[in-house]
Amino acid sequence: MEQLQYPFESKTLLRKKIKLKKELLSSGNSWVEKRIAVLGGSTTNEIVDQLELFLLHYGIKPVFYQSEYAQYWQDAMFGNEQLDTFKPDIIYIHTNWRNITNFPTTANTVAEVDAMLEAEFSHFSVMWDKLEERFGCPVIQDNFDRPGWRLLGNSDISDYRGKTNFISRLNQKLYQYSQTHNGFYVNDVDYLAASFGLDAWSNPLFWHMYKYSLCLEGVPYLTKSVADIIKSIYGKNKKVLVCDLDNTLWGGVVGDDGVEGIQVGPEVPMGQIYSEFQKYIKELKSIGVLLAVNSKNDEENAIAGLNHPDGILRPDDFIVIKANWENKDRNMREIASELNLGIDSFVFADDNPTEREIMIQSGFGVAVPVMDKVENYLRVIDRNGFFEVTSLSADDLSREKMYKANAQRTQLEQSLGNYEDFLKSLNMKATIRCFEPIYYQRIAQLTNKSNQFNLTTLRCSEGDITRMQESPNYLCLYGKLEDKFGDNGVVSVVSGEIIGQELHMRLWLMSCRVLKRGVEDAMLDTLVADAKEAGIQSIIGYYYPTAKNHMVEEFYGRMGFEKIASDEEKNTTWKLDVNTYESKNPKIEINR
Amino acid sequence: MSREEIFERLNLVFRDVFDDDSLTVGESTTAEDIDDWDSLHHISLLAAIEDEFDIEFSMGQTVKMKNVGEMVDYIAGEL
Repeated sequence: MEQLQYPFESKTLLRKKIKLKKELLSSGNSWVEKRIAVLGGSTTNEIVDQLELFLLHYGIKPVFYQSEYAQYWQDAMFGNEQLDTFKPDIIYIHTNWRNITNFPTTANTVAEVDAMLEAEFSHFSVMWDKLEERFGCPVIQDNFDRPGWRLLGNSDISDYRGKTNFISRLNQKLYQYSQTHNGFYVNDVDYLAASFGLDAWSNPLFWHMYKYSLCLEGVPYLTKSVADIIKSIYGKNKKVLVCDLDNTLWGGVVGDDGVEGIQVGPEVPMGQIYSEFQKYIKELKSIGVLLAVNSKNDEENAIAGLNHPDGILRPDDFIVIKANWENKDRNMREIASELNLGIDSFVFADDNPTEREIMIQSGFGVAVPVMDKVENYLRVIDRNGFFEVTSLSADDLSREKMYKANAQRTQLEQSLGNYEDFLKSLNMKATIRCFEPIYYQRIAQLTNKSNQFNLTTLRCSEGDITRMQESPNYLCLYGKLEDKFGDNGVVSVVSGEIIGQELHMRLWLMSCRVLKRGVEDAMLDTLVADAKEAGIQSIIGYYYPTAKNHMVEEFYGRMGFEKIASDEEKNTTWKLDVNTYESKNPKIEINR
Repeated sequence: MSREEIFERLNLVFRDVFDDDSLTVGESTTAEDIDDWDSLHHISLLAAIEDEFDIEFSMGQTVKMKNVGEMVDYIAGEL
């Protein structure tokens, strides 16, 4: 919904929230349901209402638990039957500087303030530890904003006795905690307040009248930020930024003005703005974002523009360059199919409102930010949280290389003509082992990101993955694939629950970038071997249809399973006798 | 702005906040008359009214108003 994209109209979201919620719910989206506990140190009602809008916008249908007024700490520390039975998938702790119990005064010594800081930090850290132990789910914690006044004036931030100094030290400790605890995320309220304007954000009327920690108009900004973290945890980040060229990456039209006539580089203000934007886009690559071009241009001119001596982005920064005179929605579909990625994971940056409108009307679900003024481009991309970073796996960091290797594979396939020969020539080696701690994060990420080749669409946190691996009742395998073009990383995950002599498959998924390479055969061969060793007689597979996993509807049938049940929702159950299973022996060397 | 015009615009605000297009408020309407008008909606309502008329309620004012008529009195005084 466009109203929920940055820049949004906060007042409209507050005033029309009921209507907007109805519209979102009737949009025909497919939803993942998430149980979200909001533990507040102040009033949270509007926060829950607005958070719901932003989550629905991301395809997440939330069910909420709200602590009683300011009971965040009690709920976490002493438990609460209602919260226990709620079984949250995510916990959001909304606290603010007024929830800090003790602040230094001018009478305190340095040592006293240090002790005070430790005490205040442990008040929070014991709570986070307790939540981890009790629920083992991701926790999102607000950092502390600044008060609207400074008793010590400018010294308040630098003097150890200043409130703002104390708050900033406490925040540092919070960040250290987040860096050493997986599944603990900081919501940067301090930044949000600054960008909104602290005077308005901290208007004391809202605290004293209603016990809100911020002004009402700030709430949508706060909740968008929380929703960005949540959707990122559940693998709903965008993956590809697709850029127009003329007046988007540089000023002017390269076809008309020539390479020397376009504006980018340090010479003039207009060129500097485009340079900064290009630099930001180049940096997006470092967090795993893929780049592509979709421009109405002759390809020759487009490449020449990207080779401008003062330019920062170069042709090989882009995985795909579509510079032609086709309609852009058509180009977009082709880029998606070449990359084998869902088109709804694309962001389209284009200065031309007509092109943007066509993309919106196409109904592909491409995010189309409003790029109205060049000085706003960078902020509009950044603040929308399309690529919100919650974890940076090794996979994210080498994604571009992998997709480039894929392009080389496609070339080889075309040159060989025979698919069997092609597979042999790849020299594929798979590592298939039980889940190992260094891959827990990647495995959890895959369960949240894979939509197409995913039989059960069971979304798991790192905690869930750890528990499966550590349970004697689970048989878990990950598959990692290498070939002569490079390492694909972990690409397949299977996990089954052992019940008696049957293995019930709770997870079976694979990354689409290794389709038709025989990885599924290698996984099943290995799974059957391990199952036999564990005394298992049969493997029971489940297929639960979603809007996106049609591709694997008949997967178990193709793998030699027999269909034993189906229901009205087209959920199907399949069975494989491990004793009569014949190994598929794909063209992959398996390393156990 | 006449009292009628204020009521007209106020009705638009009430309809949005309570998402009910049939809603019409009068001089003597109170929170008792509208099912969803609880303390939480009251906050949203006041914020939307401030926005609609570009006014600000002072802290004391928000608790004093007993019905929509008094609300309109206050708005008229601020315009």
